Amino acid sequence: MTRLSGGLIDHSAPVQFSFNGRPYTGCKGDTLASALLANGVQLVGRSFKYHRPRGVLSAGSEEPNALVTLHDGARKEPNTRATVTELYDGLVARSQNHVGPLNRDFMAVNDLLAPFFAAGFYYKTFMWPRAFWEKLYEPLIRQAAGLGRLSLEPDPDAYDKGFLHCDLLVVGGGAAGLVAALVAGRAGAQVILADEDFQWGGRLLAESHHLDEAPAAEWVGKVIAELSGLGNVRIMPRTTVFGAYDHGIHGAVERVSDHLPNAKGMVRQTLWRITAKRTVLAAGATERHIPFENNDRPGIMLAGAMRAYANRWAAAPTRSQSDPVAVFANNDDGHRTALDLLAKGIPVSAVIDPRTDAKRLGDYELITGVVDGTKGRLGVTAIRVTQNGSSHWMPCGALGVAGGWNPNVHLSSHHKSRPIWDANLLAFVPGKDLPAGMVVAGAAVGQMTTAKALRSGMDAALDSLAGLGITAKPIDLPRAEDTAVTQSAFWHVAGKGRAWVDFQNDVTVKDIALAHKENMRPVEHLKRWTTLGMATDQGKTSNISALAVMAELTGKTLPETGTTVFRPPYTGVSLSVLGGGDTGSHFRPTRFTPAHSWSAQNGATFIEVGAWLRAQYFVRPGESHWRQSVDREVLAVRGNVGLCDVTTLGKIDVQGVDAAEFLNRVYCNMMGSLAVGRVRYGLMLREDGHAYDDGTCARLAETHFVVTTTTANAALVYRNMEFARQCLWPELDVHLISTTDAWAQIAVAGPKSRELLSRIVDDFDLSNEAFPFMACAELTVCKGLRARLFRISFSGELAYEIAVPARFGNALMERLMQRGVDLGVTAYGTEALGVMRIEKGHAAGAELNGQTTAQMLSLGRMVSQKKDSIGAVMSRREGLELDKRRLVGFRPSNPAEVIAPGSHLFAAGTERTMQSDQGWITSAAYSPHVGSSIGLGFLEEGDVRLGEVVIAANPLEGREVRVEVVSPHFVDPDGDRLRD
Amino acid sequence: MLIPHPLLGLRDAQEFTYLGDASLLNRPDAASGDASNAFNDYVFLRDNPAGLHRELWYHEQGDRSWLIVTRNTVTHEVLGAELARDYILKAELPA
Amino acid sequence: MRFSGFRVIKEAFTGHKGWGPLWRDPAPKPEYDFVIIGGGGHGLATAYYLAKTFGRSRVAVLEKGWLGSGNIGRNTTIIRSNYLLPGNEPFYEFSMKLWENLEQETNFNSMVSQRGIINLIHTDAQRDAYRRRGNAMILAGADAELLSPDELRKKVPFLNYDNARFPIKGGLLQKRAGTARHDGVAWGYARGADTHGVDIIQNCEVTGMRIKSGKILGVETTRGYIAAGKVGVAVAGNSSRVMHMAGMRLPIESHVLQAFVSEGLKPVIPGVITFGAGHFYVSQSDKGGLVFGGDIDGYNSYAQRGNLPVVEDVLEGGMALMPMIGRARLLRSWGGIMDMSMDGSPIIDRTSIDGLYFNGGWCYGGFKATPASGYAFAHLLATDRSHETARAYRFDRFARGYPIDEKGVGAQPNLH
Repeated sequence: MTRLSGGLIDHSAPVQFSFNGRPYTGCKGDTLASALLANGVQLVGRSFKYHRPRGVLSAGSEEPNALVTLHDGARKEPNTRATVTELYDGLVARSQNHVGPLNRDFMAVNDLLAPFFAAGFYYKTFMWPRAFWEKLYEPLIRQAAGLGRLSLEPDPDAYDKGFLHCDLLVVGGGAAGLVAALVAGRAGAQVILADEDFQWGGRLLAESHHLDEAPAAEWVGKVIAELSGLGNVRIMPRTTVFGAYDHGIHGAVERVSDHLPNAKGMVRQTLWRITAKRTVLAAGATERHIPFENNDRPGIMLAGAMRAYANRWAAAPTRSQSDPVAVFANNDDGHRTALDLLAKGIPVSAVIDPRTDAKRLGDYELITGVVDGTKGRLGVTAIRVTQNGSSHWMPCGALGVAGGWNPNVHLSSHHKSRPIWDANLLAFVPGKDLPAGMVVAGAAVGQMTTAKALRSGMDAALDSLAGLGITAKPIDLPRAEDTAVTQSAFWHVAGKGRAWVDFQNDVTVKDIALAHKENMRPVEHLKRWTTLGMATDQGKTSNISALAVMAELTGKTLPETGTTVFRPPYTGVSLSVLGGGDTGSHFRPTRFTPAHSWSAQNGATFIEVGAWLRAQYFVRPGESHWRQSVDREVLAVRGNVGLCDVTTLGKIDVQGVDAAEFLNRVYCNMMGSLAVGRVRYGLMLREDGHAYDDGTCARLAETHFVVTTTTANAALVYRNMEFARQCLWPELDVHLISTTDAWAQIAVAGPKSRELLSRIVDDFDLSNEAFPFMACAELTVCKGLRARLFRISFSGELAYEIAVPARFGNALMERLMQRGVDLGVTAYGTEALGVMRIEKGHAAGAELNGQTTAQMLSLGRMVSQKKDSIGAVMSRREGLELDKRRLVGFRPSNPAEVIAPGSHLFAAGTERTMQSDQGWITSAAYSPHVGSSIGLGFLEEGDVRLGEVVIAANPLEGREVRVEVVSPHFVDPDGDRLRD
Repeated sequence: MLIPHPLLGLRDAQEFTYLGDASLLNRPDAASGDASNAFNDYVFLRDNPAGLHRELWYHEQGDRSWLIVTRNTVTHEVLGAELARDYILKAELPA
Repeated sequence: MRFSGFRVIKEAFTGHKGWGPLWRDPAPKPEYDFVIIGGGGHGLATAYYLAKTFGRSRVAVLEKGWLGSGNIGRNTTIIRSNYLLPGNEPFYEFSMKLWENLEQETNFNSMVSQRGIINLIHTDAQRDAYRRRGNAMILAGADAELLSPDELRKKVPFLNYDNARFPIKGGLLQKRAGTARHDGVAWGYARGADTHGVDIIQNCEVTGMRIKSGKILGVETTRGYIAAGKVGVAVAGNSSRVMHMAGMRLPIESHVLQAFVSEGLKPVIPGVITFGAGHFYVSQSDKGGLVFGGDIDGYNSYAQRGNLPVVEDVLEGGMALMPMIGRARLLRSWGGIMDMSMDGSPIIDRTSIDGLYFNGGWCYGGFKATPASGYAFAHLLATDRSHETARAYRFDRFARGYPIDEKGVGAQPNLH
């Protein structure tokens, strides 16, 4: 055990967990990483390419090494950073990316083969023999690559998403962020304060500094207590603001119950869309390491992380408390690690610092030199220290590396802004053109001391609030550490061995040198050639060091060499929470038709039609195959009467003095001349001249029309009509409203439909003379229920569609079924509807697929030449006019054969190639009326080839059918039944 | 993104359906001699600027008004929005 | 220098001393016979075939940033030839055949991985449409298979078959489709072009075109004026901006498409899968990241970044389709600028200006077209005739009424 005393953990609250099957004990307040360190565990993982043994490098979300898989079964969660995993009772963690035990990974053979695996090697080989890539090389590479494993089971947890709005969003709850939130909170602004950590305070918790005379944690506690008491402030711990999007919108994920041993009934995480008028980015800074030979061994850690483990988590970084710790620092901040460790009773063997002017800050040995080698395969045991050209090995149980700090500029560069180089700080700081409304504060903007961070947090809040017209007052800041920052331009230790720059992806200084030699010098080429910065830490610990090495090789300055672009998310976000829980059957809303419950009670099988569920067919006792049901329904309609819920068709009410003129302009055919009380079929074109929707238009009054659309295009047609009304012809006096949901509409079709309807209408003359084909009327039914009746037919039979207010749809269906028992009334679904419209030769979605024209549909003459309408001009383009494909019907020469929609059409005796392709089958069905399969389709000059036998070829399924070209009207071609 | 709806204030862009360049308001006269060329330009050709862009958004999940939004296509900054109908009717007032 | 496994081994033993630059960084010459604007995949491939196949020397590629920095450097790496329309399918099948031989052609492993693409079917109407498409593919010489639900379940058992809002009723499979390592494609063509004498000039932005009496004379650049016999523009995403220098308006809008990659995972997803009831498609990279995307954001943009609603929309689709990916994490997202054309199909054509040629309008399908686009554009530049598979990709198809509209949505770019 290397557990120390003190810290911000609760020593009295032990927490049991397991790592690689072995039980351990930590404390409440631990992370998985701190608990493992406190148990003397240094080896926690393997690197991506060379499978090098790795330990904890950092104490935060930048961690590249300590990636573990949490949980078992469906909750298995790969690639989780142990450094930010809050410990709880029963946590199960395993190391990943190794074959065999962690300490004897068979894949470590890759490390021996490392010379073959230089940067970009795979682009240069595996090309011969050609077939071996997919068969051999790639599967091997894939198996070796990747990190953790998915469970392959659906994620069983619940997720949520929510929306928040505020005046000021403060990202980061360290010194700067807390002050910013406090200033804004006291001013009464709506404030959201978010931090990825589960404790507030940021780096304040990791350092031993005092604020005023007390430990920083006390000040943090007071600030949080005050903020919690303010109704206008929302504090959100365990919340990562992962992306800055347009207009102050931020993406954030709150880990609601990840840290709870029993989260039953709770969501696991919530995705927040936070819209902020102003944002203070106070995300702190990330320490950089210093590449030197074998700098990647377990026990070699960022010096600042060592302080965090010792001060906040009371854990020594060594395997045993008596092991001494060495520190390799190129700046004074690193020396603090020695001081803090000594204060905690941990022996410090030396601080090695390459700066000749470095000063000893306490009671430790200072060596002016470098670390350029290490020993200890599974945990560092000694370091090689070179001083004035001579080297010696120094035993140690851990090494802290302090290369200086990089401001966490990430969110500031999510838009156009690029970080700029601060030559004093020797780091990139936020540049110009920040996301609108964003101000950066604290270490994130290079204000590296506690005092400066506090001040900058206050200034940022005051600035932001002033911009919103909110008056805020400065607050009394606590006295804080303000020692000079001494970052130095010592970037790496030159040497012959491998010195890691990107730990996880195993990118070394040599790889960068090779990239330089191969002219992969632009920073993006460097990244892509070597995979630098593409690991799960997104280069947080490697990018700047790599730029510095490349700058040295090219002789350019670091900013000339390039900067790196940060993209969302700041840290990895689970795919589940981004999906927001709208999965499975909740993926999209489901729309039910008014007669849904009646249908469900009467044997309906439902089918998805866009967002709707529609009855597909109704199974009656004794029917074992859907075709039996569908054939029965078709024959019932053709012989008696059938009912179909057609509410899903779009219904648009058009009213106004200019309604007729308006409709003339949106339909390609004349509509304004329609008489009151009559219905007309209408075709709409897109402005590019292609057909896109059809339906009926009924004129209920001089200034009142009802337009119907196809189910699929209901929203689109309405949108386009509003466009025409508001944007093209706003001078017309016309108003539109979609009434699709307001009216339930039922098709009553079949020779006995008039008889059936006559039993429910109130004093209404349904005779052919009084209410002929294509008549419409407003009336009442069932003793006073207002209704609209249209004598239109999709089936080809005498038919009506009756509309009643939607809430009466189910009742009307029931009533009609009761009243028609003696007439053989039968409910029918979309399948029978489809069969009958194919038998009748009516176009539907497969024919009106957006690629066809009025001419192809044999409706060319509908496009009026007497008026302009949308699409009319463009419908006369050469390509559309010369297109000779026409919608015709098809019957198989052998009635036993089945026509498959999607078959392509060929003249008999021609080759089955694209060049001789003459069209395709759009729709097909078994026709009980014809007694065989029938089809509709577009065929070159089909209208003049009736009687010809052509081939419907379906090579995809290895079938061909000889079909006769026939009229598309299989039933009642003259339309007598409709008009009867 | 947020769209400053002239009647409803700032609304999330997700409530809107985007159409494109506001030049789609200028539907040519079908009766003119050069209608087919004019329609070809109108339907198919776009300035597609990198910078300020006047464009049409439809508040489909809201009040169903068509807006002309002025937005920078490089920065996504929105400079303003007005009702298309107001714009056109105003534009046709005599001077 | 020839790349091979033997060479890699030899260099490993000799400390990698023998490797040299993959390409030169030449200074621009005052004049070239051919200037290609745009050092992305299409531009580099054009230069490569122009030099190698059509034997043209004095060729330069001008790239405003680093080569491969456009959409070739930021896409979801899918290659396929599963198109419906005769204007498209032979072209993409030609491209597929070039992909199949790309590594041997360029002596660079671009990791062309033919692990298949499955377009999922959710409705009977979709099955009919995919049957038509699959047949069109076969009739044009490509491969296609219609998968039954059972066959599909065997291939990809982890889809949400049992609790789906939209049931999965099968799929259209193209086995020869798959993915390629996008950067590797750019680098392979760049290295090949450089080897054949093409000057690839990075950090050289074209700022103007010198045009006299309807003929192009050369281009103004940030590195000075460069005279050119012929100028080919292949700057997807920026087509309108560049062609504006020649006074042309295009049937194109620029839109942003976001793409996503997860943290590295051991292999789970074979090939490419596309969700037919939402906006989601996914494959897994050789490094183990799930590479996925969805719909474009939908508004004109040159910002190379998108917004949160589309991120959510894509992942809603992803989680609805394959809820087993939920505990993986999104690692990185990015946005590219798409040339969205008015019918969803590209343009490879001469322009009204003598000597100025245009290649663009690839929507979000440009990556898979890279080899054929380069070949066809080189063919056009070298011979002044369209390549036989690219004859439909003309500017005048819009005015004349010969759109190549796979989706049937008309002249609305954000719907293609």
